[in-house]
Amino acid sequence: MPEQEPLLDIQQLDARYGAIQALRGVSLRVERGEIVTLIGANGAGKSTLLMSIFGDPRPSAGHIRYLGRDITGLPTHAIAKLGIAQAPEGRRIFPAMRVEENLLMGATPLGMQHIDTDLIKVFELFPRLKERRDQRAGTLSGGEQQMLAIGRALMSRPQLLLLDEPSLGLAPLVTQRIFAILGEIRATGTTIFLVEQNARQALKLAQRGYVLVNGAIRLSGSGEELLANPEVRQAYLGIRA
Amino acid sequence: MDWHILAQQLVNGLTLGSIYGLIAIGYTMVYGIIGMINFAHGDVYMVSAYLTAICLAVLFSCGIDSLPFALLATLVAAMLITAAYGWTIERIAYRPLRGSNRLAPLISAIGMSLVLQNGVQLSQGARTQGVPSLIPATLRFGDEETFVQITLVQVMIVVVSLASMALLHWLIGRTTLGRQCRATQQDRRMAAILGIDTDRIISTVFVIGAAMAAIAGVLVTLNYGSFDFYIGFVTGIKAFTAAVLGGIGSLPGAMLGGLILGLSEALFSGMVNTDYKDVFAFSLLVLVLIFRPTGLLGKPEVEKV
Repeated sequence: MPEQEPLLDIQQLDARYGAIQALRGVSLRVERGEIVTLIGANGAGKSTLLMSIFGDPRPSAGHIRYLGRDITGLPTHAIAKLGIAQAPEGRRIFPAMRVEENLLMGATPLGMQHIDTDLIKVFELFPRLKERRDQRAGTLSGGEQQMLAIGRALMSRPQLLLLDEPSLGLAPLVTQRIFAILGEIRATGTTIFLVEQNARQALKLAQRGYVLVNGAIRLSGSGEELLANPEVRQAYLGIRA
Repeated sequence: MDWHILAQQLVNGLTLGSIYGLIAIGYTMVYGIIGMINFAHGDVYMVSAYLTAICLAVLFSCGIDSLPFALLATLVAAMLITAAYGWTIERIAYRPLRGSNRLAPLISAIGMSLVLQNGVQLSQGARTQGVPSLIPATLRFGDEETFVQITLVQVMIVVVSLASMALLHWLIGRTTLGRQCRATQQDRRMAAILGIDTDRIISTVFVIGAAMAAIAGVLVTLNYGSFDFYIGFVTGIKAFTAAVLGGIGSLPGAMLGGLILGLSEALFSGMVNTDYKDVFAFSLLVLVLIFRPTGLLGKPEVEKV
């Protein structure tokens, strides 16, 4: 059997914001059907990595391949059409739009033909959004906004879902609920690349993980290996070695 | 104060206000989407007045004698060509400056305004141009001495303006394109992540704004009959005032601001003094900005974090 291309293959990626080099030679892979997590402290470059997959900022060196195709120079909107979706840092929902309109925006790469069935699927996953479908999105609670951001990303039927700190600022119970839903999303065949500061939950959920320190990959391994790693335990789980 | 003067000024104000509203749409939409004031917009309106005269002249010299057809053809042609101007201006004067300092596109806009004014002055001459009165029909209410007069052109102005605004309101509020415009306005980076070609949306907004200004240009030319290369400046400033008055960035605000500005200018002219109508209009703006800095319908976003 010929070896399959990884879904996402990042090689030696550099990215900078002005004079600041945010990523240094980052290489990682995401295979089909996995949940892969990237953990790291504030400012380690996690969000920059997710955004540079969408070409914003443009990587200054290195390559990003998606299904074997080099997407490094593509415009942001064209990358969305390849089947990658993102629930970005800060959720970035459209506050002045209704909840349902926000979800429809997520369907942009597909056009409108599957709207009804896809809305039903998202509402099954997040019944809360169905209750609030006609409400302005800016009036939702933080957890509801996070659900909306994930739901919106799912509306494009992505093969690869990029999530940037879905647990940020949420109560522990809401976080648990969202992580459970990520498991359900993976079960439907969507691959997830999850950026988190909440290392314990992320590593429990993920098959594999990477640790990003100062813009470079420091460690990688299976979720269990990383949970047991003394450096990870001390730096990210708050357990003295 | 006689009732008929009041009524006449209301009619005039409504007409003027519709025109301001149509032009204000271009300012408010462009501001909403890229946060810049397109100072060349008034001159785009001016270009459409010239196009009106040229189209009518061409149609009549080709022997077309159906006035409704000639007017419709002129309207469509003026809208298309003016829209092309709007598209081109964005493309050559603003897009290359995107992402640079906020002042740069503003200066470029002033430059574009000068280019349009001087270009038209060079190619069409500096004299005031005119179009003969094509639709003299007039409705009169009242007796010999005291009457209110409404021309058919005034009725057309109000009806066409309101219809265009209603259509645009529907387009922005209910269609996919409108949703994409609103998304780009609220968060351009996120819109791109969702697969929206935001450059295309920005171009579309310029095209819509210019087409609305063209409708205004055709209607005004039919109403007043005379224009020169400089009319875009004053009318542009007034429409911009209307947009700020209503709340810049807000589409209903532009329409409301236009109507309020037109009506108050006309009423002030009729009841107090014509010479100071501009002073009155701009004082109104100052007052609104003092007591409601976001304009009448512009509201700061309610957001939970």
